[in-house]
Amino acid sequence: MTDARILTEALRDPATVAQLDAAGWTALLAIARAEQLIGTLAHRLAGLPMPSAAARVLEDARASAEQGRIAALWEAEMARRALAPTGMPVILLKGTAYAAAGLAAGTGRAIGDLDILVPRARLEEAEAVLLQAGWEWVKPDPYDDLYYRRWMHELPPLIHRERDRMIDVHHTILPLTARVTPDADALIADSVVLENGLRILAPHDMLCHAAAHLFADGDLAGGLRNLWDIHCLAGEHGIAGVEARAVHHGLEAAVGRALRLADRLYGGGLRYGQGRDRDMLYLRRLLARDDWGRPTRKLTRLGFYVRSHWLRMPPALLAQHLFTKWRKTAAQ
Amino acid sequence: MRHATTLRIGPVGFRVGSDWRAPIAALNDLYRDYPQPDDGIPDFNVHLFAARPWRRVLRPSVHIGGDFVIPDAAPLPLVQGLLAAEMGMNLQMALGQRRYLLLHASAVERDGRALLMTGMSGAGKSTLAALLMAAGWRLMGDEFALLDPVTGLIHGFPRLISLKNEAIGVIERALPRARFGPRLEGTPKGTIRHLVPDARAISVMAEPAAPRLILFPSYGFAAAERAVLPSETFVRLTQASTNYVALAERGFGALTGLVRRVPARALDYPDTATVLEQVERMWSAG
Amino acid sequence: MRYKVAPREALRVVPLDALTLVYHRASGITHIVDAPVPEILEALTEPLDADDLLAKLSETFDLADADPAALAARLDELAAVGLVERL
Repeated sequence: MTDARILTEALRDPATVAQLDAAGWTALLAIARAEQLIGTLAHRLAGLPMPSAAARVLEDARASAEQGRIAALWEAEMARRALAPTGMPVILLKGTAYAAAGLAAGTGRAIGDLDILVPRARLEEAEAVLLQAGWEWVKPDPYDDLYYRRWMHELPPLIHRERDRMIDVHHTILPLTARVTPDADALIADSVVLENGLRILAPHDMLCHAAAHLFADGDLAGGLRNLWDIHCLAGEHGIAGVEARAVHHGLEAAVGRALRLADRLYGGGLRYGQGRDRDMLYLRRLLARDDWGRPTRKLTRLGFYVRSHWLRMPPALLAQHLFTKWRKTAAQ
Repeated sequence: MRHATTLRIGPVGFRVGSDWRAPIAALNDLYRDYPQPDDGIPDFNVHLFAARPWRRVLRPSVHIGGDFVIPDAAPLPLVQGLLAAEMGMNLQMALGQRRYLLLHASAVERDGRALLMTGMSGAGKSTLAALLMAAGWRLMGDEFALLDPVTGLIHGFPRLISLKNEAIGVIERALPRARFGPRLEGTPKGTIRHLVPDARAISVMAEPAAPRLILFPSYGFAAAERAVLPSETFVRLTQASTNYVALAERGFGALTGLVRRVPARALDYPDTATVLEQVERMWSAG
Repeated sequence: MRYKVAPREALRVVPLDALTLVYHRASGITHIVDAPVPEILEALTEPLDADDLLAKLSETFDLADADPAALAARLDELAAVGLVERL
């Protein structure tokens, strides 16, 4: 049965695509699109012999990723201009950070919203300045707003009224409801300044954030892309000292597992610690796609969804949250 | 997926999968003379699926998905499965096309030169394209014209022509021997019937054409014509293009080149007999 | 306050009939502009404040309404879309 291994193999060893027939290419491209890895794949396979129909699709994906890169960097630049008068450190996170720093993880990568990290004490100031510069609340719902402010690791999302692009302003990298609390002050103190004055996380912190995001801030959706980021970050900066840094943030389990899974899928041998039984379950979930790129293995997926809510919120809080949501729905 | 088919429309290959047999059977019938995707590898995939397994048989409703999706696309009843497939292919083009600048226009060709017709829906783009096909023009497409940023040429996208409401009878009378799909009543756009493009439109569909004239037709007015400035043409074409922004500087170069090179005219028309004369006259004058 | 324009190579300017199209490479955004915007972009070869810019524009063009407030408003619009940056 087809699963997303056809994609992870092509990324791990591009030469493997020489064995693909038309159906294989069709599945590879569909799965790469579904995992938002087609731009990455296009760069990885550049220059290899392949059917011209496949080359065409990948060429389009490269151009599309390049346009996405420009738009993402422009969003960062406009946020920089808005926040510059405050003098506060502004740290780019995730895709925009990789692109801004020219890291391998950013090559061909799809980039969504702009994520930035600012000191918690200056969050309201950042919010006020962004509202002044044309960003607006996405949803005016007071409960959701209160929920964000009390329990999340970011402001409620803002959207720019002209450019229609979202910005997430974080003050740490995990929700306050999560059971581990990374050291946000250290993330900011050790961040690295770029030429234009914006900052990125130090290499090991970047890896810790990618791992935290993979396991604690979602239901493993987009996991193959996350693990490709981790594979690239580990390859570019090495992992000496990563474990100690992960321990400092309380993320040693997440980082260890992320490195093991990235190594299992993409190779490289950069990992520490022993494999765990649950790794296989994670792999099954991560690879669950059919040859149309559609999700399969529904039961495994549902298990992960419940789990991801559980991880983000202690159970009593989860119950309260669901109850409030339910009351709102019932009242309508 | 349980049922699937592949086809190519102009330069674009599709694979359409479905939880039901009927939409695929309808595609296989109406697109029977169309070629296969180049190298057997489609550019886009469309999924027609039931949201819950039992909805495959119980009040079946067809959800439209694919490589590119919009989150709140309303499902259609199974009898409109063909329409769902067409909408799915259009959606992939609108959201995913990155090789060509997508002009929301119908296009016909004569002597290797293309005539583009664009404007608000309801202006009769599809009807006009079908009538010109009946009058001997080569149909390039009734919905999208593809502008190649590298060559400046127009590539056709001659999918099934989607006729709505009163246009159905008009075209049935103009083309009594043409092949039509089933009458689909009660769709979100009223009654729809698909017309299969003629044999020539299909056999030479891969051949691009140099654009020669852009028309902005408006139906329901006394016959009138006026020149349209390049800046207005530029604005109207970007507003009607779903991938202008995504094509970045290639899109800018392609579209500025088009509006500087190719004359554009607005065209008001009271009825179909008049508009055919108007178009022929403008084409000869241009 | 001084204003700096996006670098020349970041702009692709195509004049059409009455209007001018400006493609801004750094943002990927197309701007459709009317006079005096192309002239302002042209005149900002170096960072200038609004008064100096007005003086420079008056040298080159016969400005019937050399109104500093109108120029400031145009500059604010250009800063909002990112074609010029406030320093």
